[in-house]
Amino acid sequence: MRRLKALYTWFDNRLQLGEPIKEMALHPVPNKTASWWYVFGSAAFVLLMLQIVTGILLALVYVPSAGQAWNSLNVLNHQLTLGWFLRAMHGWGSNFMVAVVLIHMAQVFLFGAYKFPRELTWVLGVFLLLLTLGMAFTGQVLRFDQDAYWGLGIGASIASRVPFIGGTAVHMMLGGPIIAGATLSRFFAFHVFLIPGMLLVFACLHVWMVVKLGINEWPMPGRVVRRATYLTEYHELTRKDGRPFVPGAVWKDAFFSAAILAAVAVCAAVFGPYGPGGRPDPTIIQTAPKPDFFFLWLYAALSYLPPSLETPFLLIAPVLGIAGLVALPFYAGEGEKSWHKRPIAIIMLTTVAVAWGVLTHLGTFTPWSPKMIAWSGGPPIPVRYTHDASPLQRQGAVVFQSKQCRNCHSIAGVGGMRGPALDLVATRLTEDQLIRQVLQGGGNMPAYGKNLSPSETTALVQFLGTLHPLNQPAAADASRQAANAEPAPKP
Amino acid sequence: MSEEKLPVGQNEEEQTPPVDQLTVTRRWFLLKVGALFNAVIGVAVAVPVVKYLLSPVKSDDAYKSWVSLGSLDTFPVGETRLAKFTNPVSREWDGETDRVACWVRRISGKEFQVFAINCAHLGCPVRWFPQSGLFMCPCHGGAYYADGSRASGPPERGLFTYDTKIVDGALQINAGQMPTLSNTAKLVQIENAQGGSPCAG
Repeated sequence: MRRLKALYTWFDNRLQLGEPIKEMALHPVPNKTASWWYVFGSAAFVLLMLQIVTGILLALVYVPSAGQAWNSLNVLNHQLTLGWFLRAMHGWGSNFMVAVVLIHMAQVFLFGAYKFPRELTWVLGVFLLLLTLGMAFTGQVLRFDQDAYWGLGIGASIASRVPFIGGTAVHMMLGGPIIAGATLSRFFAFHVFLIPGMLLVFACLHVWMVVKLGINEWPMPGRVVRRATYLTEYHELTRKDGRPFVPGAVWKDAFFSAAILAAVAVCAAVFGPYGPGGRPDPTIIQTAPKPDFFFLWLYAALSYLPPSLETPFLLIAPVLGIAGLVALPFYAGEGEKSWHKRPIAIIMLTTVAVAWGVLTHLGTFTPWSPKMIAWSGGPPIPVRYTHDASPLQRQGAVVFQSKQCRNCHSIAGVGGMRGPALDLVATRLTEDQLIRQVLQGGGNMPAYGKNLSPSETTALVQFLGTLHPLNQPAAADASRQAANAEPAPKP
Repeated sequence: MSEEKLPVGQNEEEQTPPVDQLTVTRRWFLLKVGALFNAVIGVAVAVPVVKYLLSPVKSDDAYKSWVSLGSLDTFPVGETRLAKFTNPVSREWDGETDRVACWVRRISGKEFQVFAINCAHLGCPVRWFPQSGLFMCPCHGGAYYADGSRASGPPERGLFTYDTKIVDGALQINAGQMPTLSNTAKLVQIENAQGGSPCAG
């Protein structure tokens, strides 16, 4: 034991790290903040370490070449001992990291921890969030499968919308005229060197400031932050009602981080690695590209925006969003921290969370996308729809199926959700309205006038006219009924 | 190992010798000159770095050249077929990614329309459905008519087209880069197209 202490002294006399570390470990934190609410930041940092370690291990095998990346991932998955597990750890680690960083940010916002003197800590945190998302997107590209390829296409299409420098932006992003070898190489450099380097430096600065400025005290209604008095009040609080960071608060961080790592490992073992999906061959077009879950909300938002709003939204909304986040601590650097006294903050956080959740949920089943194989791959129109139908109406059912109507319109619960379900369409549209809608389209439906013969149109509309419940008549045009009616018997 | 004493943490006042104002000024001046020197070198080094970084940025024509899609006979009149070609600008390590697909519509004997595979909305691969005469996009549900004009969905315009010509019985297109809204892919006239009726329901 004495020799050990001597060894420690020998090193510390040269390293000179013992004192600052001891000071850091023993700095007092308010008793109430040694809470389970304060564990997300340290968990995010631990996940960053996990990503660095698993990333380095994967880089031992991965080939960052457009021609070989997909093959090397398959070797990792299938041929190397536990290669699949490391890929799964890295993939699930990234999911957890995005989630934990977002939860950490929401908690910091909710607890008013961005206020004086921690404004810069918050701003660095915003950058850390952006860098984390940057890692998520570039990592998805390195998986270099069909989704990665077409995801890059979506990225390039978004970049191309920037006024004036759109073309330059696309060339810079792709490293050339098309998505190819140069594209993967530069995304590799971003994912492995540039962004992780920045992430590490910023994360260390972020932690440094947390330690130096002290952990945010538990927000109490009525305990108002004022620039003039806050520091004295905080030190008074930690002196009177505080405990040393180690071990008073840090044991909870340790437990939570271990639990998160265990959760990543369990998910990795149970659900396995992400992909790679189909070969990155751009001539295989039987694909429905989809982003990973952290970008599903954006994918959903883009399909609901009207075309005229899309470019402004893509280019202006992110700038405003980031500017708003950065400006927050300077706009609201003082005042109440407690959520009991910050109704607008609560409403904002709830709105963002609900919107994010709803868009992500919609993004998982994409009701706006046509189901490309609904007309050929799904079950046919059920017998009950055509059981009592005339030959002409049955012919209409065939037209309905073969002209891909079902790719966008579901019937009997099978088909796309792009357009309305047609099980009850006859109660909504009269025969004339159906003909007009089919031939001229409109309301987001293509016009079929050129692609249906008159007889096909007649048959189709006759079939659609049968789509109403037995106890509810089909919609009818009163004037047509009057015109077709028997002339009244003369008195 | 005995307790060591290293010359650290001593009183600072003892270490600092009395300062000569003149010396300090000269040293500060030299430091400023040094900083200026570094700035000049930095700019000089930055120029080639920036040029290197911008090397992929070229005009559209620099990347484009005429590519053959094969004999005219492979494209029946009145039909739309998928064609594949290798991008004229490519590198050895591109693997499969230097391949490009496009849709060829043969209107008549010598009249062709060649559409990019990329949806005009966000670049996903559109698929042709001959039965309904529509191109449909799997991503956000954009749809186009047989002539490439916009039918419905989020795209702001029709499909991107390539310039075509016929050389020695083979169809050629002027291709070379991914078509996006920023480069000079030709706009398909929407006015002449069907749909978009004023009484849209």
